[in-house]
Amino acid sequence: MVKRKLVPYLLALPGWSWLALFFVAPIAGMLALSLTTGDVITGFRQTFHVANYVDAIATYWEQISRSLLYGGSATVVCLLLGFPMAYWIAFRGGKHKSTYLLLILLPFFVSFVLRTISWKFTLSDNGVVLGTLKSIGLAPDDLAVLNSAPAVVLGLAYNFLPFMVLPIYAVLERMDPRLVEAAYDLYATRTQAFLRVILPIALPGVFAGGLMTFIPTSADYVNASVLGGTHNTMVGNIIRTEYLVNNAYPTAAAITFTLMGLLLLGIFSYARALGTERVMEVQAR
Amino acid sequence: MRDHHPRPALPPALHRGMTQARLSRRGMLQLSGLAAAGFALSACGIGGQKSEAVDAEDFWAGKEETGHLRFANWPLYMDSERTQLKKFTEATGITVDYKEDVQENASFFGKIQPRLANGDSIGYDMMVLTNGMELAKLIALGYLAPLDHARLPNFAEHAGELYKDPDYDPGNTYTVPYASGITGIAYNPDFVDREITSIADLWDPAFEGKVGMFADPQEIANFGLLRNGVNPAESGMSDWEEAADALREQREAGIVRAYYEQDFIQPLTNGDIWMAMAWSGDIFQQNAEEGTNLQFVVPTEGATLWTDLMMIPVTSEAPVDALELMNFLYRPQIAAGLTEYIGYVPPVPETQRLLRERAEDASGDDREYLEELSASPLVFPSDADYDKLHSYVTLAPEEQEDFNSLFQAVTQS
Amino acid sequence: MSTDTAHPVRPDTTPRAAPAARPRRRIDWGKYFTWAVLAWLFVPITFMIAFSFNDVSGRHNVRWEGFTLRWYGQAFAYRDLTEALLYSLAIALLTMLIAGIIGSLLGLALGRHRFHGKNSTNVVMFAAISAPEVVIGAALLSLFLLAGVKAGFVTIVIAHVMFTVSFVAITVRARVITLDPKLEEAARDLGAGPWTTFRLVTLPMLTPAIMAGGLLAFALSIDDYIITSFVSGEVTTFPLWIWGSTRVGIPPQVNVMGTLIFVVGVLLAVVNVIVARRRR
Repeated sequence: MVKRKLVPYLLALPGWSWLALFFVAPIAGMLALSLTTGDVITGFRQTFHVANYVDAIATYWEQISRSLLYGGSATVVCLLLGFPMAYWIAFRGGKHKSTYLLLILLPFFVSFVLRTISWKFTLSDNGVVLGTLKSIGLAPDDLAVLNSAPAVVLGLAYNFLPFMVLPIYAVLERMDPRLVEAAYDLYATRTQAFLRVILPIALPGVFAGGLMTFIPTSADYVNASVLGGTHNTMVGNIIRTEYLVNNAYPTAAAITFTLMGLLLLGIFSYARALGTERVMEVQAR
Repeated sequence: MRDHHPRPALPPALHRGMTQARLSRRGMLQLSGLAAAGFALSACGIGGQKSEAVDAEDFWAGKEETGHLRFANWPLYMDSERTQLKKFTEATGITVDYKEDVQENASFFGKIQPRLANGDSIGYDMMVLTNGMELAKLIALGYLAPLDHARLPNFAEHAGELYKDPDYDPGNTYTVPYASGITGIAYNPDFVDREITSIADLWDPAFEGKVGMFADPQEIANFGLLRNGVNPAESGMSDWEEAADALREQREAGIVRAYYEQDFIQPLTNGDIWMAMAWSGDIFQQNAEEGTNLQFVVPTEGATLWTDLMMIPVTSEAPVDALELMNFLYRPQIAAGLTEYIGYVPPVPETQRLLRERAEDASGDDREYLEELSASPLVFPSDADYDKLHSYVTLAPEEQEDFNSLFQAVTQS
Repeated sequence: MSTDTAHPVRPDTTPRAAPAARPRRRIDWGKYFTWAVLAWLFVPITFMIAFSFNDVSGRHNVRWEGFTLRWYGQAFAYRDLTEALLYSLAIALLTMLIAGIIGSLLGLALGRHRFHGKNSTNVVMFAAISAPEVVIGAALLSLFLLAGVKAGFVTIVIAHVMFTVSFVAITVRARVITLDPKLEEAARDLGAGPWTTFRLVTLPMLTPAIMAGGLLAFALSIDDYIITSFVSGEVTTFPLWIWGSTRVGIPPQVNVMGTLIFVVGVLLAVVNVIVARRRR
């Protein structure tokens, strides 16, 4: 029946075309733009000027590598905070599991921009947190957190924590607890049970959570501009400035493309290091 | 890979996407066809942007009042009742659609530029931007309507001499001022225990980590130049390089805490920074409204006076109405009302007298506020202050890229 | 650990949940840790809510100056802020609707059928979800610039649908995969046509997933700042207005609206939990 065969195509068509038109085509358009030369006044002409990339990378290498560093640090922070949390909720959350998950998500009903600005007030040198600590002598008087790399990294971790917790929770929650019991029955210590049984099962969740955290954090610019100071500029800030402030579209597109390339490279090497095959195996179970 | 095993919601579906990527090179090939199409679409680049320069007489020929006007301004640059606009509508019958859509000169320019290049309406008939690079670009590109000064009698009569025939727009061909401000130094005496008088104080290691500078290339360049004893308006490439060096030195010494886009008041008030480059009106408002004691100084080396300007895009659909509003805002009483709310330097000197009179008629808090306002050197700078005030350097569009990258390298470290 | 012994879904496993099998009573560090992190998550929110009640005199809502309900009475005093919020809501609703429909169809196709281009669709969806917002925003702006399209309301909706549609599709696909095909077979055996089967059997079973996907799209849309900032043109959304108002001080109305949106979110969530409990 020809008609039935058409059904999936008809179903997929609107979504597929939307993605093709407004995701794939723009990326291609950006690639084209990154190779043009010119300025706003004279217009941008396609000259296949690959040197745009060389210039952009040479000028902004520091910010690009810093972004990967900050994104990576935020991801590690999220993992350190998120894994124990996901673990505890999955195994000890009892009937309140969904309530805990909800509590993690609730702050995210408040606008991202507003949340980040709120941190700025909270972290100010004499503000609610530091001011109190200083007045009771728990922190040195000249302690400053705002406008520093840790402030940016913590802000990033704050804003993207659920992206780490939820995937890890999802895999742990599906895990059959009898596996751990079996490990204990075989005289495994707690550490052994964790390393040999729980961790391998949690790995796909960690993998997904890592990506879901690392990608947006390393490309963010809101946290760096609100919570950062000198030497904290990230590549997102540069992209924004080049596009929206300088109207230097070729440079902007070249940096954006470089960032995307680096992230893709990172994703694939990460997948390889973690063992894609095993991740899939676990999933297929 | 087949979908034959049950999976719960989002995350596993995501790993699947992730882990599957390497299996679908064929899929990638299918995609590249699409990409090629997109590429073909864009191989042409973005066309030339410049419009033909418009002659004033040609522009105004046949233009008539439409009774409706769309006006883009900065946030909180008029009270929330839009008092002045209501009065305008009462007086002329022209209704105004007022939008607080200008948040930054550069990004606003980025938004309207493609439309102006196409000769399309930008959705506004009149807007307020600062004298600076974007203004120079707008003029160079022929995007602004030349003003018909025959219809701006109030400007001719009431505008202060300083605001007429400026460097950035000789003969006020395209713009008239909305309000001005001084970029000087503000400090918080709760933390700074000496009097601050000069830009050199911003380089004092005693204030390590407690100084705020502006991120805007032109603003920060001016302070670097003034510190080096150069008048910004007359500076050139080598001056800029030296200014950038001085600013970099200040940054590397750890003196600068952050480069602020515009939100410097709050950290200055709560002590995150002790002193900063600052805009006069903001300091005045903060002191008047919150009883803070922030000090604003025009430094001995000099400071800059910037002006937010009203202008009409060439694609305006109601240019005559826009002119009428410009003219209306130069009525001294109206200008005084505006100044009362925004606290920046009005282009109409007479407002000082009018505000003094209003203070005499008022009582209580209002009276106190109006007295403070009308006496404030931040709103009505003295002649001595004006002597120390410089204009921005007017950059030709082809100089802007170098200028920007020089100073962005300082602020976007 | 909580003392319940009967987990509603898998009553035979929970009481013996792994680490709890240790006999000694120990301090439940995990609990303290979880609550500490939760507290951290709520710090700025608490601050925001508290300052919606702050009796500020100036434009900078930073220092505590006394309690007032005034700002709730004047929540809509800033016309542009109100307008920005309405824009955000309208965009989010449209996004929810469009992304909800085309995403569900896509999810259905992916979960149920095999077709040419399925793999590439999956890759594109994955890429669209994982692409950083700056990249999406910049790419869309590039396209709009190249094509000479005016940025504005329409381009924002286009962008929002684009980055949320994959989330909807994935959520729906996950549900489609778990559906028992026997139910639909049974319906067909009873003489229902394909459309009737879909309407009376498949659709009702998919509704929760479609709703979840749609709500996710709504939430992602209303919160978005980065992508919107690239493609917004002359339209100012709620997050964009907040960003812009930092120049002159964020008025307490922003805290009020933030608090109200938060409260609506809390209520929705609570209702959701209660309904979910009842269903069991």
